[in-house]
Amino acid sequence: MSEHTFQPRIIAFCCNWCSYAGADLAGVSRLQMPADFNIIRVMCSARVAPEWIIKALLNGIDGVMVLGCHIGDCHYISGNHRAAKRFVLLKEMLAFVGVHPDRLLVDWVSASEGRKFQTLVTEFSKRVKELGPCREWQVEIQTPQR
Amino acid sequence: MSEPRVGVFVCHCGTNIGGVVDVPAVVEYARALPYVAHVEGNLYSCSVDGLSSLKQGIHEHRLNRVVVASCTPRTHEPLFKDACEQAGLNRYLFEFVNIREHCSWVHSHEGDVATVKAIRLIRMGVAKACLLEPQDEAESGVIPEALVIGGGIAGMTAALNLARQGFHVHLVEKEAQLGGRLLQINRLCPTDIEAYDLIKPIIQEVEDHGRITLHVSSMVHEVSGYVGNFQITVAEDGEKQSFDVGTIVVATGADVLQPVGLYGYGQFPNVLTQLELEDRLKAEPPLITGAVLINCVGSRIPERPYCSRVCCMTSLKNAIQLKKLNPDAQVYVLHRDLLTYGVEFERYYRRAMKAGVRFLRYNLENPPQIVGRGRAENVVVWDALRGRELHLPVDLVVLSTPLVPASDNERISRLLKVPLGESGFFLEAHIKLRPVEFATDGIFVCGTTRWSADVSESISQAYAASTKAAIPMRMGVVTAEAITAYSEPSFCTGCGTCVVTCPFNAI
Repeated sequence: MSEHTFQPRIIAFCCNWCSYAGADLAGVSRLQMPADFNIIRVMCSARVAPEWIIKALLNGIDGVMVLGCHIGDCHYISGNHRAAKRFVLLKEMLAFVGVHPDRLLVDWVSASEGRKFQTLVTEFSKRVKELGPCREWQVEIQTPQR
Repeated sequence: MSEPRVGVFVCHCGTNIGGVVDVPAVVEYARALPYVAHVEGNLYSCSVDGLSSLKQGIHEHRLNRVVVASCTPRTHEPLFKDACEQAGLNRYLFEFVNIREHCSWVHSHEGDVATVKAIRLIRMGVAKACLLEPQDEAESGVIPEALVIGGGIAGMTAALNLARQGFHVHLVEKEAQLGGRLLQINRLCPTDIEAYDLIKPIIQEVEDHGRITLHVSSMVHEVSGYVGNFQITVAEDGEKQSFDVGTIVVATGADVLQPVGLYGYGQFPNVLTQLELEDRLKAEPPLITGAVLINCVGSRIPERPYCSRVCCMTSLKNAIQLKKLNPDAQVYVLHRDLLTYGVEFERYYRRAMKAGVRFLRYNLENPPQIVGRGRAENVVVWDALRGRELHLPVDLVVLSTPLVPASDNERISRLLKVPLGESGFFLEAHIKLRPVEFATDGIFVCGTTRWSADVSESISQAYAASTKAAIPMRMGVVTAEAITAYSEPSFCTGCGTCVVTCPFNAI
């Protein structure tokens, strides 16, 4: 696949209460954005296990977004605090194993922030396009087998 | 459970999806997916026809999983789950795929791309549907008591509506006195009755009602729990009191923008806000020979783009009042657009014109100037319709400022875990399909805390919100979402950490 035609594959984990509603608002407002992202609805950003993200990046996904409620607005009171802490560590771990940490984006989108959702998706898609297909793992995994 | 037989129903939603996504192509693709036993396209899956076709499909093709690809689960999931249940399928064997808000509407200029994405989303949905398992919903009781936050006209109406139906109500008001914003208002349009005459009997009934517990000079301090069983702590002068309720109605009202620095406000003593004028009209009506009322002060500007809806009528009302006090007075209303919606208000507008109130249109690029020494003496305005400048001698300038979100909104939003909209007012679950309800079950909103509204609108909303709040209390039970945490025995070493860690005691 040449870099010109590279279409990144992105997963966006959106929490049911804020960011999924924000994505809905972006739709209702007809805000146009690149089609590379696929939303997976979860009840809370804290439901997103780091393993899922690693698994996604191992299986041909080029970037993962985790979008939750703003800090303080979490429907489950402190779920997003947990998510925030967890993904800082995961980013460091990704960098350690050679995956560019920019492939993971953690941010907060409220139900009224359709425009923010559009901006995040558009910019993340652009960033992942710059990074190219996620091949870092494959290199790491294939080396010892030779 | 037996091998999955998935039915996929792809909605055109008229042209909303069908106009962008090639639905027939999506239907054809879905047929080839593993475990898919039946696929059809519907013009509107949520219509009576669409739903009966869904139920028929379940019977005819012995479907044991259903995927609907249409709009957002936030509005339509319960409808399709109910349809599955009516066809004898457990409601948890349903999976929703959003190909409208997250696909056709946001990629509306790229039909091919949107079609590929719709296919991808449906493939994801079908894969997940195959893993679904039937669940049983648990029921839990509802405490037949309600909390109403805010003792203005909306809050009092909601509290009375619930109390009259036999429910106990806790009414929390931050001020020492009930009545809210109406206490500051002189007369109401279009009926011209005194505001106090309207609320006095309501306050009396609330105070005397045996099923309403009043908490004045009080703030809601803590909220926990869920629909049917909320634990509330109220702080009154530092003293805390706790009680349990089944539902919550938020009616905390709005603030009025103080136009500091605009049109000589704060600089000239005879430049007032509408609210300050109402106060004067109540106490000692001023005799005015020339007055200018300026509308849209601090609203419909880039920083505050919304229209506050009620200020035009306030301005008409007070212009007529000033004319009544002195029929010879020159009273001008300077506006950018006059919003007198509905038959009654339009009639009121004509009444103001008949009374001799003059209306001039100004524009934002060329706003009126207030000139004077020590006090406002003249208003210089560019009349946008006639295209010339006018000098209006005044002894009173009144500024119509918008309602703005109450400073307490953010605190309450965090307390109840309910969202605020872009402008800072509370955001209901869906503006059309679920008005006055929050997305969180058991919490409702009415009055000016929701959006700028006049008295009759606030009252209507209060009836709506409190009636919706009465539903679970009348039913006595709510069904809890069946999807909960459980421990997987094959992974479990019995350490018990999950039990200690879970903040909700879910395990």
